[in-house]
Parts: sequence; structure tokens; C-alpha cells
Amino acid sequence: MTHYTFTEKKDTRSGFGAGLHELGKQNPNVVALCADLTGSLKMDAFKKEFPQRFFQVGIAEANMMGLAAGMTIGGKIPFTGTFANFSTGRVYDQIRQSIAYSGKNVKICASHAGLTLGEDGATHQILEDIGMMRMLPGMTVIVPCDYHQTKAATLALGNHVGPAYLRFGRPSWPVFTAADRPFVIGKADKMIEGTDVTIFACGHLVWSAIEAEAALAEKGISAEVINVHTIKPLDVEAILESVNKTRCVVTAEEHQMNGGLGDAVSQVLARFRPTPLEMVAVNDSFGESGTPTQLLKKYGLGTENIVAAVERVVKRK
Amino acid sequence: MANLELLKKTATQIRRDIVRMVHACQSGHPGGSLGCTDFFVALYFHAMKHNTAFTMEGRNEDLFFLSNGHISPVFYATLARAGYFDLKELATFRKIDSRLQGHPTTHEDLPGVRVASGSLGQGLSVALGAAQAKKLNGDGHLVYVLMGDGEQQEGQIWEAAMYAAHNQIDNVIATIDYNGQQIDGSLKDVLDLKDLKAKWQSFGWRVIESQGNKMEEVVATLEKAKNLTGQGVPILNLMRTEMGFGVDYMMGSHKWHGVAPNDDELKRALAQLEETLGDY
Repeated sequence: MTHYTFTEKKDTRSGFGAGLHELGKQNPNVVALCADLTGSLKMDAFKKEFPQRFFQVGIAEANMMGLAAGMTIGGKIPFTGTFANFSTGRVYDQIRQSIAYSGKNVKICASHAGLTLGEDGATHQILEDIGMMRMLPGMTVIVPCDYHQTKAATLALGNHVGPAYLRFGRPSWPVFTAADRPFVIGKADKMIEGTDVTIFACGHLVWSAIEAEAALAEKGISAEVINVHTIKPLDVEAILESVNKTRCVVTAEEHQMNGGLGDAVSQVLARFRPTPLEMVAVNDSFGESGTPTQLLKKYGLGTENIVAAVERVVKRK
Repeated sequence: MANLELLKKTATQIRRDIVRMVHACQSGHPGGSLGCTDFFVALYFHAMKHNTAFTMEGRNEDLFFLSNGHISPVFYATLARAGYFDLKELATFRKIDSRLQGHPTTHEDLPGVRVASGSLGQGLSVALGAAQAKKLNGDGHLVYVLMGDGEQQEGQIWEAAMYAAHNQIDNVIATIDYNGQQIDGSLKDVLDLKDLKAKWQSFGWRVIESQGNKMEEVVATLEKAKNLTGQGVPILNLMRTEMGFGVDYMMGSHKWHGVAPNDDELKRALAQLEETLGDY
């Protein structure tokens, strides 16, 4: 029986900052751009060590996306940093035309995603970004689950060619994966084997899924937990392999039901293996101010919500 | 020394190409294309050091970005006449399975195009990024970008303008096609830019005012602009043009912004534009 625990909590954005710093040492073509949120994005170490490769663009995200697209033309690998809201919705057309349609090797790195941004409230708590980004042809979309995985994903993007969206967050969160756990873009990571239900989760809710698995085990339900850190390209093979065994599914994510992981998994299942499915996600609503824990509870994204969704879905088999 | 006669002949031929391309597919944007033809010819056949053996990275050569992508006919005809791809391909403009999309794209691997454009306001940012990459690479070549004047209404232009001056990006020469027209009418009526020169100057750019439909002056302006690079200040060429230049019935009106000539109108246009280098 796989068991996960944690000894410390860290923010995933710090995993990004650490990964970016390391990439800067590995590859002189890696450059970083930031729209007046250097501290929030944890880009200070990169900025300090590589000032010539760090570009402060001010509060001008549209220009930042265009600059990044242009820098790829000189062989650079730009990592843009700002909040997830300003990384996507604010600059969707710039990403669409200058980056995605133009096939530019830009890594759009987005912090403070989802409800766990907390007290700043709904203006900043974007819950639509995964959907927007995965609709763009050729865009890779990655939502890592903790500090170590965010660092690993950042490093992996240094060797990945093509436009990519990396989504992470603000709060301190359990660090439960090992620093050396393999990370492969596009390959879902099976965290826990189970037989009765599959929980597909991404981002912060992977930890919640792991907590739910323990609670379900006590109720006699064996849950398989799969960390779908790459929403696009989706690991269809891993999804079908697990569902062929468990025959029912719960998805869990810090995003709207529309457009996110649950939507992506549903499409696969509807096409290849119709299966009972429940989604733990925000149901067509904006967020509000509060602590991350309060918000996850109020909007139905807590561990107890995953447990309840599993209990519902196993009855539908 | 520029061979002005050859440049003028090339411009006349490209104007024929533009009108024929737009007529053949009965769509596209002839007005701005005709107005900017002299600029494109002076750029690609005189001012720019560029390599028709195209690479996306374009190291050790000058680069050009077209921000107002709707004037793709003049861009494509210039690239073809310069040797980037076969002239015959101009006949495929805006047709199914063509590399010559309505608005330029890298998606079809057309040599000479380095970014998609069409949604306005984005090209200057891309050009500035490419210019900064050149500096990082120790590549002393220049980056040129053309924008429309209507496009100056987009906010991203001013984000980019601010950034360039702040960062002393002095290896870029931006040009505005200042024809005073946009789709719904004159700029003055739609959304007046007021003193555009003063705006750019106040953003920290060195502004050159020029006339864009006299080949001698276009060539001289680009030479002057090149001489002003490398001084810590970005360069803007505010270039007065006439929309539809070279075809009398298209000149001076926004009506031909995005309208194709019919058969009779094509004949009347071609009668005014001598076939100097052979039609495609």
C-alpha cells in the first residue's frame, strides 16, 4: 500500500522559482519576463543571478506575451511570469496569435491560480484558465501538484519545444512527492493503486485526493489516485487503463467544471468508454475573499467533497 | 547607391501583382497594400540585409515584421519578387490549401514570415522581443516593423512604445503607415489620434516624418533611420502615404481598404500600372 505523508508545506510558486533558477544555470538561452510580480512569482533568484536575461516589463502583460514571442525568434526560451488571470484571460488574443498560432516556444508560467489565491477575491481567482489554454491548438497545459513537482515541471519545460502553460498557486501546501520522483510531460502519474474507483486530480487537489483515499479505505472503498498533471496532451491510455479496472470516476480540480480536467476526462470517456463520472470542481460560479481552506470548503472542493463524490459514483456503476 | 529606376519598376510590378491577387480571389486589402508598396520595395530591395534562404531565427541578418497583417498582398508579392518563394504561388492567395493565407502566418511555413499578424497591435511587441534577442546574441543587425495608423488605437502599441524607450532598444526601426484612413472612415472621424508625432516623442522615441510614396524619399528616409540606430533611442518613421496609391480610383478614400476590384476595375487598374518585370 502506497502511503504519502509530508513533513513541510511550501508554495508551488516557489517550486517554479527554484526550477527557473536552475534552468538559468543549465541553459544560457533561457530568459525570463515578469509583469511587476517578481517577488510573487519567486523569480528573484533568477533575476539576481542572470540580470541580463531577466526582463521587467511593468504592468503590461499584452506586451510581455509579444516580447516573449519575438525573443524565441532569436533562439531564446522565454518564461513569462504573472498571475494566472493576467497570464491567460487578459492576454488571450496575444497568446492565440503571436504564440500559439505562430508556434512559438514560449512558456507561460502562471501563479495564484484558483480559489486558493484566497483573500484577494474573485477578480484574481481565475477558474477558467485551464479551459482557455487547452482549447488552443498545440498548447501544452501542465498543472503540477506540489513544490517538487512544480520544480520538476519547470525543468522539464526547459527541454520541451512548443508553447506551454504552467499553472501553480500561492498557498503553502503539503510537499508529498519526492524530489526525485520522475516527471514526464504528458504521462499521468499513478499515485495510489485501487480497484473500486479512479480519482483523477490535478494541482492542489491531488493531495486532497490522497487524503480522500485514506478516508475511503476506512469505509471499505479502494480508490486509485492518478495525478493528471498534464491536462494537454492528456494521457488517454492511462485514463482508459485505470477506468477499465475501476469502472467509475471522480475528477478533482481547482477550476470550473467547464473546460477543465473533468471536462477533458469526460470527453475521453464519452468517446471510448462511457463511464459514471462525478466532478469535484467549481460549478459555474465566481469565487470570493476568504482563506484557502474556507474557500475550498464553501465551493465544494474539500477532501470531504471528493469522498462524497466517490460514494455517489460507486453506486452508479 | 540605390538603383532608383529599378526600385520604381519593381514597385510598379508589385502594384500589378497586388491588384491581380486581390481580384483573383475577390477579397483582400488593396488600399493599404498599394500605399505601402514603395516602402516594401525600398526595404527589401535596398535597405535591409536579408537572406532569402530563410531561417526562422534569422541570425546575422535584418528582420522585418508586419503588424498590420491585412496588407498581406504587398508583403507576399514583395517576398516572392525578392526570391523567398516562386512567383506562381501568388496566384494561390486566399485560396484553399494555400500558404498565402488572408493574413500572414508561420503556420504554413511560408519563407519570410516570422509571426502571424492580423489581430492588430501585436507586431511591435514581437519586433522588440526579436530586437532584444539580437542584442543578447551579439547580433548587430536591425529589426524593422510596420504598423498601421488605425492600429495606433490599440493599447498594446503604447505598452510596447513605453517599454522600448525605457529599455533603450535602439536596434529597431518602426514605421507607421500614416494614410489617415481606417475601415469605418477617416481616423479623424473614427477616433482621432491627435498629435501622433508628439505622442511618440513623449514616449521617448526619435521620430522622423516622411513621405512614403516617393521612392527617392523612402530610400533616403530608411538610410537616415539606419544612421540614427545604436544611440540608445528607438526610431519611429512616421510615413505619410496615400491609400490605394498608383490606381486613381482607389486613391484617397477608405473605400478600398478591404474591397476587391471587379473585372472592369482590374482592367482600369492594370492600364495605369506598366508590366515592368513580367506578371506572375
